[in-house]
Amino acid sequence: MTSLPVNPPKKKLGLVIDLDICVGCHACAVNCKEWNSGGHSAPMTDTDPYGSDPTGVWFNRIHSFEVENDAGDGRTVNFPKSCLHCDDAPCVTVCPTGASYKREEDGIVLVNADMCIGCKLCSWACPYGAREYDEDEGVMKKCTLCVDKIYNPNLPPESRVPACVSTCPVGARSFGDLGDPDSEVSQLVAARGGYDLMPEQECKPTNKYLPPRPKKLGTARTDVQALTPVTDGSAGVIARWVDKFLSA
Amino acid sequence: MHPAKSVIFFTTASGAGYGLLFLLLAGTMLNILALAFWPLFIGFGIAFLLITAGLLSSTLHLGHPERAWRAISQWRSSWLSREGVMALFTFAPTGLYALHRLFFSDLYGGLMLLIGVLGLVSIAVTVYCTAMIYASLRPIHAWFNRYVPAGYLLLSLTTGVILLNGLLALFGYAISSVVWLAIILLVIAALWKRAYWRFLDSTKSISTPESATGLGEFGTVNLLESPHSEANYLMKEMGFRIARKHSAKLRRIVIGAGFLLPAVLMVLMFSFAGPAAAAISVVAVISAGIGVVVERWLFFAEARHAVGLYYGASRA
Repeated sequence: MTSLPVNPPKKKLGLVIDLDICVGCHACAVNCKEWNSGGHSAPMTDTDPYGSDPTGVWFNRIHSFEVENDAGDGRTVNFPKSCLHCDDAPCVTVCPTGASYKREEDGIVLVNADMCIGCKLCSWACPYGAREYDEDEGVMKKCTLCVDKIYNPNLPPESRVPACVSTCPVGARSFGDLGDPDSEVSQLVAARGGYDLMPEQECKPTNKYLPPRPKKLGTARTDVQALTPVTDGSAGVIARWVDKFLSA
Repeated sequence: MHPAKSVIFFTTASGAGYGLLFLLLAGTMLNILALAFWPLFIGFGIAFLLITAGLLSSTLHLGHPERAWRAISQWRSSWLSREGVMALFTFAPTGLYALHRLFFSDLYGGLMLLIGVLGLVSIAVTVYCTAMIYASLRPIHAWFNRYVPAGYLLLSLTTGVILLNGLLALFGYAISSVVWLAIILLVIAALWKRAYWRFLDSTKSISTPESATGLGEFGTVNLLESPHSEANYLMKEMGFRIARKHSAKLRRIVIGAGFLLPAVLMVLMFSFAGPAAAAISVVAVISAGIGVVVERWLFFAEARHAVGLYYGASRA
């Protein structure tokens, strides 16, 4: 059924991404590709991988944005983005075949590749660009929240988190139940003012983003003196000699 | 949005086919179209051919066309599924009515009138469902509005009446009410299209790079580095770009070929008869055909998707 679950999931598994910590190393995207190449939605097809126009399926992509205010204070924010496993997922309701669905038990949005006709409508319905069409297999794919990893009894408990979370070298990604207000991730969101992306699109995303912490504005060095060449008498003998030689 | 040829052909061909079928049903029920067997047969034939060819073409862009039958299962939530269900259902009353008109028109008059009305309603609902596939997509500001369903219904009927006019002229009929209907519809459709473009040029999505990233409180957001050096699926499918000057030229082609020239030709229809009228009506069909295909191409090409905001677009 592509209608959303009649009983909205109480458990809402998702990610909390800390934009203050992320260093933009792309390790999460690489490990996502690595794990999912053998997982639920495998393979993650690449087209022309070693040619001049390589392209392929990725469930997680890292953008980098530059944010500048009127005072000229700027900052760079690395911005990982994968499926947000929305409460009101439009990608699910537009699906004509029932291939796209939201799990009642934990809110994860998945695609049944055996039923997908590859009409691409779900990718049009998602404002976040979370859907990835596999040209090779002719079906739509997407982030599974590593459904084949987080419940895997063969893995040690600490490894039962999505691949992007377990690989993040700086701990910018947290995984947990955002439907439970007492969970660690919910507490983190409450403490840091976690927010939804594009709330105006009315998808009610589960994943939350933590804003960069405020930095001391107006403290950037504007005295570029430190970077200009030393030409006064304080330079050393050799430097003065070279300067004289070159200025001639 | 990427304008896929199969979807452009599907929406324009089946739209014109449904428009023609609607007018054939309504016209014969109201006794405005008192046609002999062959013109009626060919008229129904063209309508069903266009509809069927369009529907088959829409399955061509699927990754798995052999699974297309699954698409009729989710009518509770999906406009695409509803469109599939309605398209298939519409064949029943309209097909029955056409067979009745052609072969058994002296039998079951009252019942067939009822079936004919059901056919008219199903045609309108089918075209509405086609439009709602697009008009229900919130991330695409150019589509998520009331202009879109109105336009699909209007253009379906307009291209249908141009086809009907061609059919009548080729068989030597001169039915002035059809020509008048064509002129009225062409004028309304042209005004609607201009209103839509004015809307498109004067509004933008409420989503911005700032709301997409949630970083608006820190200032203006610009893309510094894209996730990949090469274009990905999202950029190819959703990030279709069209040069502004092209868009202006193509809009003029839509107005000229799609509405203005056919309207002038319709007026000329009043002064000519026989082969000359037939030739004029055929030129009108070709011109309107070109116009509506360009219109549909622009409908896709000019539409911006919210995901573009993550790939450097300043608005959606």
